[in-house]
Parts: sequence; structure tokens; C-alpha cells
Amino acid sequence: MSQAENSGRSERSGYSEQDVQREVTELEGKSATAARIFDLRRIIGGLFVLYGVIVTITGITDSQAAIDKAQGVNINLWTGIGMLVLGVFFLVWLKLRPIQTPEAPKSE
Amino acid sequence: MQTPTYAPAYLAAELRLPTNGLDYAILGIYFAVVLGIGFAARRSVKTSLDFFLSGRSLPAWITGLAFISANLAATEILGMAANSAQYGAYTVHWYWIGAIPAMVFLGLVMMPFYYGSKVRSVPEFLLLRFDKGAHLLSSILFAFAAILIAGVNLYALAIVVEALLGWPQWVAIVVAGFFVLAYITLGGLSSAIYNEVLQFFVILAALIPIVVLSLKKVGGWDGLTHKLTAQHGENFTSAWGGTGIGHANPLGANWLTIVLGLGFVLSFGYWTTNFAEVQRALSAKNLSAAQRTPLIAAFPKIFIVFLVMIPGLVAAALVPDIGTSASGLQYNDAIPYLMQELLPNGVLGIAVTGLLAAFMAGMAANVSSFNTVFTTDIWAKYIVKDREDTYYVRFGRLITAVGVLASVGTAFLASSFSNIMSYLQTLFSFFNVPMFVVFIVGMFWKRASKKSGFWGLLAGTTAAMVNYFVLYKKGIVDIPSDQGANFVSAIAGFVAGAVVMVGVSLFTKPKAAEELRGLVYGTTSPGMAEAPAPGDEAWYRRPALLGWGAVVLAAVCYIPFSF
Repeated sequence: MSQAENSGRSERSGYSEQDVQREVTELEGKSATAARIFDLRRIIGGLFVLYGVIVTITGITDSQAAIDKAQGVNINLWTGIGMLVLGVFFLVWLKLRPIQTPEAPKSE
Repeated sequence: MQTPTYAPAYLAAELRLPTNGLDYAILGIYFAVVLGIGFAARRSVKTSLDFFLSGRSLPAWITGLAFISANLAATEILGMAANSAQYGAYTVHWYWIGAIPAMVFLGLVMMPFYYGSKVRSVPEFLLLRFDKGAHLLSSILFAFAAILIAGVNLYALAIVVEALLGWPQWVAIVVAGFFVLAYITLGGLSSAIYNEVLQFFVILAALIPIVVLSLKKVGGWDGLTHKLTAQHGENFTSAWGGTGIGHANPLGANWLTIVLGLGFVLSFGYWTTNFAEVQRALSAKNLSAAQRTPLIAAFPKIFIVFLVMIPGLVAAALVPDIGTSASGLQYNDAIPYLMQELLPNGVLGIAVTGLLAAFMAGMAANVSSFNTVFTTDIWAKYIVKDREDTYYVRFGRLITAVGVLASVGTAFLASSFSNIMSYLQTLFSFFNVPMFVVFIVGMFWKRASKKSGFWGLLAGTTAAMVNYFVLYKKGIVDIPSDQGANFVSAIAGFVAGAVVMVGVSLFTKPKAAEELRGLVYGTTSPGMAEAPAPGDEAWYRRPALLGWGAVVLAAVCYIPFSF
């Protein structure tokens, strides 16, 4: 048993915690995500402003039948305004707190 | 009461939604953006760490929302609405006791070991703490489960899209499969996570109008509880009513199996060891952000229950014979039925988009975690070792395609369970519960030996399966419902795994102390401590405050449903 245990360890010595740490730290140094990924807030903001405009206009031009279906609520108008507000929130956040781009890709 | 078993396949034909060009335009815009994210994220992929773990560089709000979105798949939305239509307000247990404590535990207690040890996956942690046996077994079990669940999502998407939009099933499968395949292959985990965050907001925009209008239709919350109490009795709108031990209730579980089976074993198993979730936290930019990932997710999780439960309850109130052939509506139809009844074109398009987005999120989370485990844990460690990094990026892209194709193939396994959620939970109780035992014992008990991990995993999985498929399904033990049986199987798997681990540890050599640094509670590995990033000292970013805040909030939410 102890022999098997020992040979097991020497075989595994290729994969200890230090190996994982070294490998991942090395890859982190070369990683490009932090430097090159785009800011998601722009996408969420853009999509929700676009959806907000489309749905709000639909709400303004909705027929009485559409409003009756939604229990007398102009749901398109309200949902559209809500989406517009969310979209604008993300764009304003982006404007006020732009991402601080790291000067160089992480290096260690 | 035995849960009636219907094939989930056939939503009633009259559920066809009156979609028009506007709704399709909204859907089309969404698909274009999804693909755009994939292309735009592509240039950020340079190393395998970028592809599988976003270079460990994302901010906490993004990983946190992706964490919740990976869970908020459409099977969860439709399944939990179905649960509510069938069992009533018991659904809150899946959120407040069945999610929040486990999410907080993951963030506060386990994340320092996960993130600090720099492992790239949950199985890799087992490799460091135990041995190759535990590692390989958990990797293979996880890879299987991920493909199965991705398949469940794809299949569920196809049947819903066929019923609602009239697309043939294969068209829906090909379209959804193609988009998921495209954006993950291009941008890796970054594009999966970015899309999940976007999906989160679209899903909210889809569900909130449904909830508002359905409450209005049924006469507000008072009208709803009044109707349901008249139809189903008082317990239907209460969380704990009828759950005394020895009492009969439709859930088929008492408070003890709810707290232990769902609240402890199933939920901790799912939230703390399911790599599809944990992966989102491991991609965070530092330890503080990784800890905050599940904590930020916990707050929306507390309130999302209202967005899925209320439509389910309203459907039960409006269609008293839902779930029987008399109405032609199944429990899973609750949300589609309300969409058809209440939403005009425009918002309808948003709701359809949200539902499709949710299906794709559920599938993508599993595919993106599958490709990571298969590449870094199985392929790179046992089959083709020590190749250059770019090889593994290429292989990861290839295996993504293989995974999507395999999940298409397994999609049809889902057809024999009436309630999609119950099917998922059955799987989780078999794969995640033993994983959780092995983790919890390994993290808190230094003496747990290398060999004990493998045997604990095997014993726990076997015990849960035997309990479910032999003792319950063959009627040897009398448990009133599938959900109740899931809870009991989970407890059985947990106990068996723990007992076997202790037994094996006592008869095998312990792991040397220097090999346990940073892996066991009370130890830290050298070089693990990192300076907090500027701004992370702010009070609202303190993990302990966020975590305990979520627990207290969830407990407070129980009050109106308990008396």
C-alpha cells in the first residue's frame, strides 16, 4: 500500500497546487481579456434604448384592441419607457465611470 | 398524491401566439446582437485562460448577473411557474431556503479556496485536494450532466417554440444550437457571460409586464389569494402550511425534508459545486470580486421568485383544472398561456425574445462549462498533455461544437418527465450531492485522505440513484411525490457519501500537511494573499455585509407567507 501511495505521489508530482498556480499565473500574464474586451454597458444601453424606442412608439400608436387585451393598461408604452430608462442608465453610467484601461496587459 | 405524468412535449395547439412582423423584428435584433457579442469578444481571446475563464478579469457586477442568469434558464422559469400552479406558494422554498444560504456560503466560505487556489474548474480542485480518481470521476460525471442539461434546455426550447410560434422542432433546435455554438466558439466564456448579462435584463423585461397584467386580471394579490383559497384551501398560498411531519400536502414533503433535503443538501450541492455556476465566479478579476459574485446574484434571486410564482398562481386561479386534460393546459403552460391572453404585439415580442434568451442562457452556461472541464480536466490532463497553449484553445473550440451536437442528441431524454424542473432536480441529486459531500468533508476535515474523495463520490451517487430508482420508483418506500422523493434521495446520497468518506479515511494514509495548504479550512497557501484592489474597502462591497444582508432579507420575505 505504502509503495503504491509513494509511486502515486511521484507520478502526481507533475500536478500539485504549485503547478496549477504557476501555470495559471503565467497564463494570466499573457491574457488579453482585460485589455481588449469591449465594455458591456455600451451593448446593454444600446439595445435597451433601441427596444425602448420601438416599444414606446408601438405603445403611442396602439389600437384600443391592444389596450383592452392588456386589461386596459397601455403596457407597450410603460414597458417601452421602462426599457428606455434602463438603457439610458447604462449609457450614463458608462459616460460617468469609463473603464480604466490597464496601461499594459497584466504582466508579472 | 402521485404527480400525474404527461409528456411535456405537447403544449396545446391553441397556445399559438398572435405574433406579427414587429415581434419578429424584436427577436431578429436580439439574435443579431448575440452574434455581434461573439464576434466582438473574439479579439479578446489569446490564451486558453481567456477562452475558458475570461482571463480571470471580469468585474463583479458582470459575473454576478451572469451567475444568476446561468441559473435563470427557461426550464427554471417555466418549471417554477409550473411548480407554483401545481403546488402553490411552496415554490418560495426553492429560492429563500433552497438558494440564498448556499449562495452566501459559496461566497463567504468556499470562494477563498476556489479562487485562491487558482484552479480553473471544480474538478481541478478535487485533483489538488484528493487524487486522480476523484478528479476523473467528477470530471466525467460533470461533463455528462452538462450535456444532458444542455439537451433538456434545447428540447424544451423546441417544444415551446413549436407551440408558440409554429416553427417545426428541428428548425428551433438548429437555430438555437447554431447561435449558441457560434458565440461560444468565437468568444469563449467572455461572450457566454456577456450574453448572459444581456439575457438577464431581457428576461426581466419579459416577465415584469406578465406579472403586472396577470395580477390586474385576477384582482390584485387579494383577489388572487381569495380565489386560490376557495379553490385549493388555505395552504396553497402559504409556505409552511401542511408541512408538519405526518401531514399530507401536495408537495409530498414535510418541513424536515424541505430544510434538510432541499435547503441543505440539494441546494448546497447545486450552488456550491456545480461548475456551470462556479465558473462565473472564477472568471472574476480578484478574490473580492469572486466572493461578491454569488452574493450580488443572491439579491435578484430573492425577488425573482415573485416573477415566476405569480404567473403560476394566476394561471391556477384562472384555469382551475390546469394540469388535467379537461383544460388542455399543462402546468408548464402557465406563462405561455398568460402571454397569449394578455400581451399585445410589441411586448409580446419582448416576452418571446426573453423566453428564447432564457433557453439559450441555460444551454450556453452548460456548454461553456462543459468545454472547460472536457479540455482542461480530461483532455489536457489524461489524453494529450503538455501541448502549447494555442492547441488547447483550438481544441476548446472544437469540443464546443461536439458538445452542442451531443446535446442535440440527448435532447429527447427529457421527454419522460412531466415537469421539467423535477427532471433537472433528479439529475442534480445524483451528480451534485455527492460532489458537495466530498467538498465539504475535504475542505473542513484535514484527515480526509486522498482515496476517500473517489469512494465518497461513488457511494453518494450510487445511494441517491438506488433510493430514487429502486426504493421509490419500485414502491418499496412510500414517498408521496417525485419532488419529495428527490429530497429524500438527496439526503440519502449525502449521508452515504459522508459515511464512506470517513470510513475510507480512517483506513488510508492522510495527505501530508504541506500538500493541503490553501485547500483546507484554516490554512492559507503561500503567495495566495493578494492586496485588495482600490475601492474594494467600500462598505457596500464588503462580502460579509452583502452575504448576511441577503440571508436576513430572505428570512424577512418568509414572514408574510408563514402566518
